[in-house]
Amino acid sequence: MAVFPPGWVLMTKQTVFNATHRALGAKMVDFGGWDMPIHYGSQIDEHHQVRRDAGMFDVSHMTVLDMHGDKVRPFLRLLVANSVDKLTKSGKALYSAMLDDSGGVVDDLIIYYLREDFFRVVVNAATRDKDVAWITGKAAPFGIDIKERRDLAMVAVQGPNARDKVLGLLSPDAAARVAKLGKFVAADADGLFVARTGYTGEDGFEIMVPETQAVEFWNRLLAAGVKPAGLGARDTLRLEAGMALYGQDMDESVSPLEAGLSWTVTFDEGRDFTGRAALEAQKSVGAPRQMIGLVLDEKGVLRHGQAVFTAAGEGEILSGTFSPTLGKAIALARVPAGETGAVEVDIRGKRLPVRVVRYPFVRDGAAQAGV
Amino acid sequence: MSEIPGDLKFLKSHEWARVEDNGQVTVGISDHAQGLLGDLVYVELPEVGDTVTTGGAVAVVESVKAASDVYSPVSGKVVAVNAALADKPETINEDAYGEGWILVVQPDDMEQMNELLSPDDYAELIEGEDH
Repeated sequence: MAVFPPGWVLMTKQTVFNATHRALGAKMVDFGGWDMPIHYGSQIDEHHQVRRDAGMFDVSHMTVLDMHGDKVRPFLRLLVANSVDKLTKSGKALYSAMLDDSGGVVDDLIIYYLREDFFRVVVNAATRDKDVAWITGKAAPFGIDIKERRDLAMVAVQGPNARDKVLGLLSPDAAARVAKLGKFVAADADGLFVARTGYTGEDGFEIMVPETQAVEFWNRLLAAGVKPAGLGARDTLRLEAGMALYGQDMDESVSPLEAGLSWTVTFDEGRDFTGRAALEAQKSVGAPRQMIGLVLDEKGVLRHGQAVFTAAGEGEILSGTFSPTLGKAIALARVPAGETGAVEVDIRGKRLPVRVVRYPFVRDGAAQAGV
Repeated sequence: MSEIPGDLKFLKSHEWARVEDNGQVTVGISDHAQGLLGDLVYVELPEVGDTVTTGGAVAVVESVKAASDVYSPVSGKVVAVNAALADKPETINEDAYGEGWILVVQPDDMEQMNELLSPDDYAELIEGEDH
């Protein structure tokens, strides 16, 4: 039994859309301390809705941190493994991991460059307390003002028709600007912060909206034919898109080189980011483990924790699910480095053969070659 | 929550059993159980002729979210399985007490049925789970 200090109240947090989800028939679950919709009837229908048309997700539980100050860029150079020096145009976003001294992943995040004295950072919901403590600790010498934007709600509108549906709700002037946004770029529009980013493998926007206008905005999207989708569909969509989930596909016990995130690490000259020495040491001898994509052609579902057998040794499934787009199970697994040979997975005591494939498994609505 | 048919009996683990006119027992999972599992994607069925025992695993239902054993409410022999579930597992989501039946057992002893929960007792049980 857990013992809590006097005055402590155990309560799950709610986003501004909580009553809206319930009115739409959502099944609610606890997700990292937040009361969130897992689905509104059928997770699979919601998945297809996003792949084929447009769906929206409440992602207001994510943590938005605004960083102001003259030394934000030098601070971020040291905080994250990707290089913020790639960010030169206002609105441009960068995906990165934030590492500890041993090269383990503290969290993954997105950094938006807005002005030289203003960057916006979005981190995960479940890791909020840890991240804020880590970031504020590291930021202290740089005199940075960090504000958590709990006053902003966030809606991800995703799917092949998502952008058009959002543009239809904006003023002509704002719509013209937002229509021109490149991938991984954001802009202010009609009081919204609209970013052409996502976690589904489809085109679309992630939109920050002041809480006071959030429900009205959601209802306008709904009226425009954007259907609500829950965290269940979000998980199958992101896994099909080969996108890592913090806490499941990586954490402090692995480096980004072992988590399929080498592409997010920049060893640029003279930038001594936290974890760099450990990563360079690992790189010089070769990372001991690797992330691979798996497809099961037989019946059954690959799931987190199942043992994976390769020619190079045993590993495990990190994220596994039934892929609604492919009609079979897919997974990301961490296995020893080297040639994998014929690979098998232990599913409920039976060893079944799986194929090693390159991921993403699905991109822009279509299965990728070889999957 | 859909109405629970009055001619069903239940296990606490959410399987239902119905005695047919010929003395055989049809088995499925409850509407409540399919709701907890979410969209079903696979059903692993036993073979006709298999021997099953009360409380023993007889089938597996697998949803996007989780795999779950289905336990037999009675001991006996499997006399039929719902092969249509192989292609359409979602039938259980749509009609748990009807088209979504899983198997039929020829029970060794009909007395076993008296050990199972009545619809009212089962309704009370799941009420408690929902707080």
